[in-house]
Amino acid sequence: MKRIGLNPIVIALILAVILFAVGGIVQPGFASYGQAMNILRLAAFLGIVAAGQTLVIISGGEGIDLSVGAVITLGAILVFRIGDGQNDQALLALAIALGVGLLIGATNGLGITLLGIPPLVMTLGMTGVVQGLILVITGGRVEGGAAPALTGLVTNPLILGIPGVIFLWLLLGALMWALLRRTAYGRRLFAIGTNRVTAKLSGVRVPSVLVLTYALSGMLAALGGVVLLGYTEQVFLNLGDPYTLPSVAAVVVGGTLLAGGVGSYFGTMAGALVLTLLTSLLTALDLPESMRLIVYGATLLLLLSLYGRQKALRQ
Amino acid sequence: MSAASLGGRLRRVALRQSYAFALVLLVVTVAVNYYLQPNFFQPGLLSGNLLLFVPLMLVAVGQTVVVIGGGIDLSLGAIVSMANVIIVTLMAQEPSASRILLALGAGLGAGILAGALNGFCVAVLRFQPIVTTFATSFVFSGLALYVLPEPGGTIPPGLQGFYYTNPLGLPMVLWVVIVVLLLWNLLRSTRYGPYLYATGGRDLSAFVSGVPVSSVRFLSYCIAGLMAALAALALALSTGTGNPIGGTELMLQSIVAVVLGGTRLSGGQGGVVGSIIGVVILSLIQSIVSFSPAPSSWQTLINGLIVVAALAGPGLFALLRRGVRT
Repeated sequence: MKRIGLNPIVIALILAVILFAVGGIVQPGFASYGQAMNILRLAAFLGIVAAGQTLVIISGGEGIDLSVGAVITLGAILVFRIGDGQNDQALLALAIALGVGLLIGATNGLGITLLGIPPLVMTLGMTGVVQGLILVITGGRVEGGAAPALTGLVTNPLILGIPGVIFLWLLLGALMWALLRRTAYGRRLFAIGTNRVTAKLSGVRVPSVLVLTYALSGMLAALGGVVLLGYTEQVFLNLGDPYTLPSVAAVVVGGTLLAGGVGSYFGTMAGALVLTLLTSLLTALDLPESMRLIVYGATLLLLLSLYGRQKALRQ
Repeated sequence: MSAASLGGRLRRVALRQSYAFALVLLVVTVAVNYYLQPNFFQPGLLSGNLLLFVPLMLVAVGQTVVVIGGGIDLSLGAIVSMANVIIVTLMAQEPSASRILLALGAGLGAGILAGALNGFCVAVLRFQPIVTTFATSFVFSGLALYVLPEPGGTIPPGLQGFYYTNPLGLPMVLWVVIVVLLLWNLLRSTRYGPYLYATGGRDLSAFVSGVPVSSVRFLSYCIAGLMAALAALALALSTGTGNPIGGTELMLQSIVAVVLGGTRLSGGQGGVVGSIIGVVILSLIQSIVSFSPAPSSWQTLINGLIVVAALAGPGLFALLRRGVRT
């Protein structure tokens, strides 16, 4: 048990260090303090979104949330519109965005538990609905602004040149650890991820745990969108799309099993760091986009070969 | 045999098909279309609309084979893009017969090779299908951009013209469906058919009873790669040009079509007929939305809601039936 929990995180962290060192060798200036902070900041966006994805994947039953990309965009657009660049509106806008994310996630959970729609398809269908909502809200053009407090959180250094969003990510890491390891919800989540039937027989109310899990995933995706808005200061209609499948990849690279029941958020944090480092390194190398995509895909395959393998049938 | 028992038997046979619910949806969507658009059944119009969905149909068929075998392929859209630009770039340079054959061979070969890479990683190296095919989709997208960085190129106009004809009086889209169904039945009649279903259903018992599980799974990804390449050809013929990101949208839509058609993502069950019906339903939903009086900014939302409702259908029925019983 200990080995399963520890190994992938160590591997991922070693990989992160190697990638960082390689970056420093091939591209002078890549391994600077400022660049490291920049990469950590970019990793925080993916990491926050992947927190919800971690919960969903641990819950098992082919659990996956493909609606996170659309929810990120919706969260950012809601804060952009309602907050309208005013600090005093920012909290209200944040609350609304998180609430909407929560509702969308809960709807996913209800569709999956009550109607028996497979998670992949339910969240995929929800993506279409959320994209439709975005078009209805914006009518194609978006007016508004990012609150200075929000952009400050992401861009301004708080202590030792470290921007506030990284502290936010660390805080989320601590909260996720407590949620998974120190609460009844966490114990139930691992129980239903390992075996739904035994969990149900031991008195876990599987549907409510699942609905809560998908709701949390929706809320965390919306939070990711809000933080991302602080970085981009602009919204566009496919802002969140590039985070959907990488959030799944970050979870897997972090050692959480897609089959459910095993995993940790620290692993996902390390996974998000590795994927972001890889992207930054490939960008720094100034390769054409085609080569960048090919190398990214090949490296991802290589990472999966390290610990993404399933058991052999012949044993 | 009395009439009542015959009717009951027919009903049981219909209900036993995995695509029974898809048939109901098909009837409903056709009826709504006819209500909104009285000239809906005009043959030219109908086949013209459906011709646009041939690439999705071919991808969905490939996806079905992989899903029945217990996998999933998120790279099919990228394979379509890659094969599409290979076919168009090779054809565009010199429109001679040998050149066209070379382009077709290269495009289909690339599709099969891409499927073989997926199959090797999933079946032989035993990587998890979702993340593996996500990773390989980057490789294929990169290759597509390498071959053709910007949309462009043209295919010989005669070839494109042929795609829009009705050979022997039947619309092209019907020919595609007939050929696909014939090939699917041929596949099912070989040993591979039952092997595929056994592999997807319970791979361990299949393995123990002597089914070559790895080879069966490997081949299912190769078939999907080939179907994606054929979809790329259909895309090139219908648009007349190459697009390095032309297949992106097909990937996720193909999964929705497969599930609408009654094939379960857990594997071992379902079939190609349902997926084809699923694609037709998706096209009909889109046509309902575009002919409805709703303002254009609402169309995506309405389309999404109808698709979710269609996906929820079987579950909703089961829920109601349980509610009535208790």
